[in-house]
Amino acid sequence: MSLLEIKNLHVRASGHEILKGIDLAVNAGEVHSIMGPNGSGKSTLAQVLSRRESYEVTGGEILLDGKDLLAMKPDQAACEGVFMAFQYPVEIPGIGNAYFMRTALNAIRKYRGHDELDAIDFLPLFREKLKLLEMDEKMMSRSVNEGFSGGEKKRNEILQMAVLEPRLAILDETDSGLDIDAMRIVAHGVNAMRSPDRAMIVVTHYQRLLNYIVPDFVHVLVDGRIVRSGGAELAHELESRGYGWVEAEARQVAPASA
Amino acid sequence: MAVESAQLETYLETFTDLAKETAQETPPWLRDLRDRAFARFCEVGFPTTRDEDWRFTNIAAVARTSFRLPRDNRDRLPQTDLAAWRMEGAAAQLAFVDGRFMPQLSSVGALPAGVTVSSLHDEIVRGTPLIAEHLGRYLDIDRDPFSALNTAYIEDGAYVHVRSGIVLERPIHLLFIGTGGESPAMTHPRNLIIVEEEAQASILEDYVSIGAETPALSNAATELVAGNNGNVIHTMIEREHLSSFNFSTLRIEQARTANVASHSVLLGGALVRNNVHPVLNGEGGECLINGLFVGSGRQHLDNYMLVEHAKPHCASRQFYNGILDGHSHGVFHGRIIVHRDAQKTDAKQTNRNLLLSDDAQIDTKPQLEIYADDVKCTHGATIGQIEENALFYLRSRGIGESDARRLLLQAFAGECLDRMKPGAARDYAEAAIRARLLIPGEDASTDHRSEGGPGRRWEEVG
Repeated sequence: MSLLEIKNLHVRASGHEILKGIDLAVNAGEVHSIMGPNGSGKSTLAQVLSRRESYEVTGGEILLDGKDLLAMKPDQAACEGVFMAFQYPVEIPGIGNAYFMRTALNAIRKYRGHDELDAIDFLPLFREKLKLLEMDEKMMSRSVNEGFSGGEKKRNEILQMAVLEPRLAILDETDSGLDIDAMRIVAHGVNAMRSPDRAMIVVTHYQRLLNYIVPDFVHVLVDGRIVRSGGAELAHELESRGYGWVEAEARQVAPASA
Repeated sequence: MAVESAQLETYLETFTDLAKETAQETPPWLRDLRDRAFARFCEVGFPTTRDEDWRFTNIAAVARTSFRLPRDNRDRLPQTDLAAWRMEGAAAQLAFVDGRFMPQLSSVGALPAGVTVSSLHDEIVRGTPLIAEHLGRYLDIDRDPFSALNTAYIEDGAYVHVRSGIVLERPIHLLFIGTGGESPAMTHPRNLIIVEEEAQASILEDYVSIGAETPALSNAATELVAGNNGNVIHTMIEREHLSSFNFSTLRIEQARTANVASHSVLLGGALVRNNVHPVLNGEGGECLINGLFVGSGRQHLDNYMLVEHAKPHCASRQFYNGILDGHSHGVFHGRIIVHRDAQKTDAKQTNRNLLLSDDAQIDTKPQLEIYADDVKCTHGATIGQIEENALFYLRSRGIGESDARRLLLQAFAGECLDRMKPGAARDYAEAAIRARLLIPGEDASTDHRSEGGPGRRWEEVG
């Protein structure tokens, strides 16, 4: 059984069909990259996996370790091991970063029947992860993402991922807006988390991040469908040739399958 | 509105009884003050929504209820454990049951020389000169019928006096307990706080109820005098039963470069009106008027501020945050008067509100009256809902919906706490707010997990 199985997924948002039949299987230990031009549905797929409720699933199913992910609320999905690093992390004034993380970790631990961690148990763990992401300890007490630079926000996303240790990590355009130093740090954090028990989906428009996080599989999404799948070399091909040729291919194929 | 005749009779009766009963111990000046106040109340009666100051608050339910002074309960000590209302780190706790000081339930530890914390009644009987000098001097019985009513029934309350140059860092906790008798009872606690030149004190008034949920009127008034360069923190917590009517006025008189902070935390009560009325009556004074109100069900929470700038170079800051759920109704009425001499006034008011349901309502009204020409006055109000994006973000990390909502509410309420000086009084207020926010709102969705027990601790790591 795959860790994640997406079968014939159809999704609508604001009256438009965005995903038009996605099939994807991701096994534990694998890193998959979803690439595609703007508006192809990449972020929609990430959002649906993290169970944002504003998307309407009109068909298909998603199984996480065999469980019906579409029946889960966002918090339950997180407790079952789904984590999405946001493209636009949300600023939450008045809630300290460390307090937020401990609350989240304890919610997940409680769900799984583990003891909750008090501040004293949590602190060393949090410090260790801060180090991994080369983040200042001041980040512990600052409000979640408030006043953070773009790079700090993205690092904070990976920090959260490192603390929560998800079964399925989804990175939604984590590379957008990052300079090369921040990208290296983020990639280092992500690579440190690659493990035989974990799967990752890296959603990106550009190939650059994939130089640092080398995927096992690359899928190209065009107009709500996966039009091509391959290995890491497919990303390089897209980098040198652009998306035009896959889009053209998709247009030729689409009428036949429509 | 004239007081309805049946009710007026009750007031007349209770007033006459009180006068008779206390005739021996009441000095002539106090008798005069009471008489004048009662006459004023009879003359004007209760306000109606036609009065500009009462536009958003209908007190008809108070006007048509016959309240009695709970004389018979006087010796009935509550058997309830007061542990829940003990403030850790307080310099003194005075407990009042149905308006009367209860030495058995109070504790006044070793206070620095020059600090007096006692019952107003005892000081009146003792003939303390400062009482005659200050009591009733600041509170305007002509402006507000409830102030007149309170003054007519002056009997007991807290007396705090801090002599020049004395710094009392630990807070003084004044606990007002309503016991809820068989019939509607009224109490009129009256407090006098005098903090002299260069002195410092922190006072927390705490209104709670025990026993039956009978309608009760708690009509408190506090006169707070801050001397030159004095420093005073006043905190008020209202968390009575949902059958209570709570009216209170804090009248602050500030001398030169005095610095006063008023924090009001309204959490309980059916109908609550909290008046804060500072007069910046010396150059260079500073006043912070900070508040939080949390309403649900059919609670009505009215915050009325009257900030008077009477002298130049004074600064006032009003910050109120409101959280309203269910059919609750909040009011923020911030009136600022800048008198002709008060040049270089810097006055600011901000009111931020979260409405958690479609039926919750907020009326927010700034009112600036400026008679000086070189002043800076700003005001702003916002009304919003819980941000869905923030809610989703928290939930996507595993935090259940009701916990996530509570976290966001705590963060919003935290803005009010952040404006309080760290210490025992803030910790105490924080615990009261946290407990209030744990009460599920009427719209709270159920979590997918059956959440046991109250939430987790709310302190910060590191």
